[in-house]
Formats: sequence, structure tokens, C-alpha cells
Amino acid sequence: MYLIRQFEEACGEMYTRGQVRGFLHLYIGEEAIAVGAISQLLPHDYIVTHYRDHGHALARGLDPNRAMAELFGRIDGLSKGKGGSMHLFDAEKGFIGGHAIVGGQFPLAAGLALSHQYRKSDGVCVVFFGDGSTNQGTYHEVMNLAAVWKLPILFFLENNLYGMGSRFDRVRGGGEDFYPGAATYGIDQTAVVDGMDVMAVQEATKLALESIRSGNGPAFIEAKTFRFQGHSMADPVKYRDRSETEVWEARDPLKTFPRDLLDQGLFTEAELEEIRCGVDAEVAAAVKFAEDSPFPPDEELFTDIYA
Amino acid sequence: MTEITFRQALQRGLREALDADPNVFLMGEDIGKYDGAYAVTQGLLEKYGPDRVRDTPISEAAFVGAGVGAAVAGLRPVVELMSMSFSLVASDQIVNMAAKIRYMSGGQLKVPMVLRAPTGGGVQLAATHSQSFENWYASVPGLKVVTPSTPYDALGLLRSSIEDDNPVVFAENALLYATKGDVPDEEYRVPIGVADVKRTGTDITLVGWAHGIVTLMAAAEKLAETGVSAEVVDLRSLRPLDMETVTESVEKTGRALVLDENWRTAGFGAEVAAEIGYRSSDYLDGPVARVSGTDTPSPYSRPLEQLGIPQVPWVIDEIEKTYGI
Repeated sequence: MYLIRQFEEACGEMYTRGQVRGFLHLYIGEEAIAVGAISQLLPHDYIVTHYRDHGHALARGLDPNRAMAELFGRIDGLSKGKGGSMHLFDAEKGFIGGHAIVGGQFPLAAGLALSHQYRKSDGVCVVFFGDGSTNQGTYHEVMNLAAVWKLPILFFLENNLYGMGSRFDRVRGGGEDFYPGAATYGIDQTAVVDGMDVMAVQEATKLALESIRSGNGPAFIEAKTFRFQGHSMADPVKYRDRSETEVWEARDPLKTFPRDLLDQGLFTEAELEEIRCGVDAEVAAAVKFAEDSPFPPDEELFTDIYA
Repeated sequence: MTEITFRQALQRGLREALDADPNVFLMGEDIGKYDGAYAVTQGLLEKYGPDRVRDTPISEAAFVGAGVGAAVAGLRPVVELMSMSFSLVASDQIVNMAAKIRYMSGGQLKVPMVLRAPTGGGVQLAATHSQSFENWYASVPGLKVVTPSTPYDALGLLRSSIEDDNPVVFAENALLYATKGDVPDEEYRVPIGVADVKRTGTDITLVGWAHGIVTLMAAAEKLAETGVSAEVVDLRSLRPLDMETVTESVEKTGRALVLDENWRTAGFGAEVAAEIGYRSSDYLDGPVARVSGTDTPSPYSRPLEQLGIPQVPWVIDEIEKTYGI
């Protein structure tokens, strides 16, 4: 979690310096979800996510150097600088994007899950999505498809309450809880979890994956969370009150989790500090790696269009 | 050689592909138990079972995108849409997912998927079911667009499309399903991106694709009666576009007509005509002649509908108007 937080703080800083351009959506505040959920996956599982994807990528173990180089648009980026922040991929790690059309990732996830079923593998596809995407048709279509085909897919809703500047209750008729809706499609394995509690996320994910791997078809988890910053770097956050953010910031997993570890005597402050120092150095190295990597050569414009 | 219909050719291509590669599977609306809206998949569920011949819900975005996901994972899905018109519902998955995922992943992923769909008008299905969006998809880098006109090409191109590592939009003009032609008894492939001279001639090059070739072949017969020798070039695929074969023919005959059965404005025929003009203006006796469908929605009423679809006399008249032959 600390790696994701520090990586993204660095992303924000590099954005203000003009090193990272385009759209940059930070995951700050939501780290407990990616870390808790992805820690439970197996190497042959697939992950598909949305454009706020740095947290999932790092939690899956994607190389921070290559991720930062991608944000810098450099040749050593995960996608040689052709995807950018919103489109991180690492095929070897089953990390099938970063997708920037809201809700566009659901059908892709269904197909990846279908491949596991077709090959009679116990693999699963986890699809992360925000509350905003639940008003897209693909959300409903794919929940139905997954249920009717019993696909090994975990629908993981990161409900941060806002789709860009619109709070869920301004754009949704169905109330504040999303997870009960899954049952109407025939997805019975559902859970709601505190997205600020990494251990709770981990436990809920473990149960969901056990159900899926034992052949029960799809599962659905809703994690309640909050992004501490704007939708993207371009967002001045005029649509919500600072006091709402403060309530959630008080529950920042980067504060509460280390405190819990200390309280339970699992780590000493010195040990935590050592971890932090290591991560700080790793992030600094990632920035350096990105800065040192050249821009892609001109011919890269024309490659990777066809296999 | 055996004479079979376009529909039978497609079915044979699907069977051969299913037999050849366990990663090949079919999915689409009512392709199984119902036997397919146009009966191309008739009997396949019985033979190959529900894992390989999957009926889907009426959820084009979901199952087209699922095809992309399955292809990314290394399978070779052949997805059937009941109509090319319905592809608009899934167009985000086609344009933003299938066509982009390789590029945006820096070449890490590939999408070996075929999207088959009946297309075109002429059978009184009215405005929303008579469209040919393969013309639109032809402008999207990352896609291939295949448009066969004969049973031979349909079978050979389908095998190549299923074996291709890229997303292929395979447009089946519905007027062609019952047409007949000879195909070899042994397995064969037709390469994607190679146009075919369907008739040789010396006086004018007639360029088209899919059902347009039926019209152009009939027009060439008619022209022969008045002593005009027409060469008919079948593009067979819109992307990649084989301009070399077109150019060679045009520079031999010195005259060119492009037939696009669909909307004229910003249609694919405009692209072909512009390329011919750009490449071969020094060889041409006049401007590139164009015949296209009318810039109208397709009406239901048969006489009105036929008014909008290019006919043989349109081709003859346009040639006379442009080149005086």
C-alpha cells in the first residue's frame, strides 16, 4: 500500500512538472482494495481494471520502473509508451489492462474468464470497476452473461461514491448499496466490505475466490471507499465538501493499518520505517529509470498495429 | 471441384476450422439450437457440442467483447452477429477493444478473433437492418475487413481469417448466401489482402467487392455485347486494401469505375476512387467513374428500395457518361 501511495505521489509531482501528461487518475485512498484483493490471486488468474489502474498494477507486482516509464511515455514503459497511465498491461502477469472507456472492460473480463472455463482451468478473472460504470449497459449485460454461463469471474466494485463529479445518488435510482443487485442476475455469492480495511478486503476476496474456484460461477464484492483527490489531475473538486473527504481521510489505510500492526505487536516502528525507506528508494529509482529512458523511436508509431 | 452455395461454403469453412483446432469455437445469437438466423451454423451444435457452439443472450457488446477476451487468452473465437447493423451496439468493443488492445499493450497481446455478420440490403428489411458498416470498420487501424463475393472466396477467406492473429470483420452479403460456385474438394486458403481479377478485359477496369461483383460481372457481360472489354477486379478485402492489383489493371485499361453499393458520401468507394486517381491519373482517359447506393436510408417498400441499389444499367450509363464508350 505504501508503494502505491508513494508511487502515485510521485506521479502527481511528475505531472505538475510536465513529465507525465494526458489524463492522470490517482488511486490515493483506495489502496487497501487492490492490495487486499490481488494478494489472494494465483499467477494464472487474470486482472482487468479501469483507468485508475496504477494501484492494481503495482499490487500485481508489475515493475514500478516500467510503469513509471510508461507514464513518462518512454520506450522502456510497459507498453513502450503507447498506452500511458490509463492503459497499463503486463501479459506475463495476467494483467490485461487498464481500460479507459467506462464499462468497456466488463466484456473483456467475461472472455478471459470464459477461456479458463473452456480450458477447464481453475483460473479466475477479477474485474475492477467503479460505481460510475454500473450505469453502463455492459455492466448489466456481462453480469447476466457471467451468471448464465457460470463464468469464473469476480466482479469487484470499488464504490468511491463519485463518478467523476457526480455523486452516486444523483445518477442512480437504486440506493446506496450496489451488491444486492447482483442477485437479480443470479449471482448469489455477494459481499460488501469496508474498502479502507485491507484485511477485510482480503478475507472477503478469499471467500469469493473459493466459491468461484469450486465451480459456483461468478461472485460480486462491493468495497466502500473514497478517492482522496480529484477524479484526475484536472479536477478542482468543486462538487463535494472538504469535510466529506476529511471523514474518509481519518480512515486512511496508510494510517490505520500500520497502527494496527504496531498495536498487535507484529511490527516495530523501526521495522516499518525500514520498509518505508526501502519503498521511498524504489520510487525514486522508478522516477530515475523513467527519466533516463528515451522516447520511443519514430518507427514505433507504425508497429504493434497487427500481429 | 464441387458446386456449393455461399452458405454451404461458410459452413464447410467453420467445420474445417473446428476440426483443425480445438481452440476454435463459435458464439452468437441463436447459432446453436435455432441453427442460425441464416442457417450458416445449421447442425454444428449437434456435432461440436455447447462448449464450442455457444448460444448467447441478445447482448452484442457482451459477447463480442467476450470474444476479444477469449482471443486475448489464446482461443480463436468466431463470433456471429445476426446483422452487421447490430454491430453498432458492440462497436465500442470492436473499435476500442479489439482494434486497440494490441497497440496499447505495446504488442504484448493479440486478438485472433473473427466477427462474422450478414450485411447489405435488398431484402426489404428496412433502414436499420440493411446497412454495411464494414465500410466504417475499414477505416480502423488494427482491424481487417474481409468481403467475399463467391463461395470459393468465402471458404478460403474464412479459413484464413480464423487462422489470422488479428481481429477480422468478415462481412457476408446476405444476397450472396444462396449463390453457387465451384470449390475444390480439398482444403485450401485464400490469402487476406489480395484482390482477384474475376474477369479479364482491356478497355475498362470495374472495381468492386462482395455483392457488387455480381452486378459488375453482369455489367461486363452487357458491355461485351457492345464490344467493350471490361476487366472486373474484386477487392475481396477492404483492409488490407490491395491497390497494387487495382493499379495494374487500371494502368492497362486506362479507364476505371468503382462500384460501392452503400452510401456514396465518405463511402469506401470514395477511398478507392481517390487512390486510383492519385496513383494512376497519367494513365486515365478521364475521371474515375463512381457508382454507389443512394445517400438515403433503405426503405421497406420494394420498388423504393430497389431505386437506391446500384443496378447494371447504372454502371453502363456511368461508363458512357464518363468515357463515352
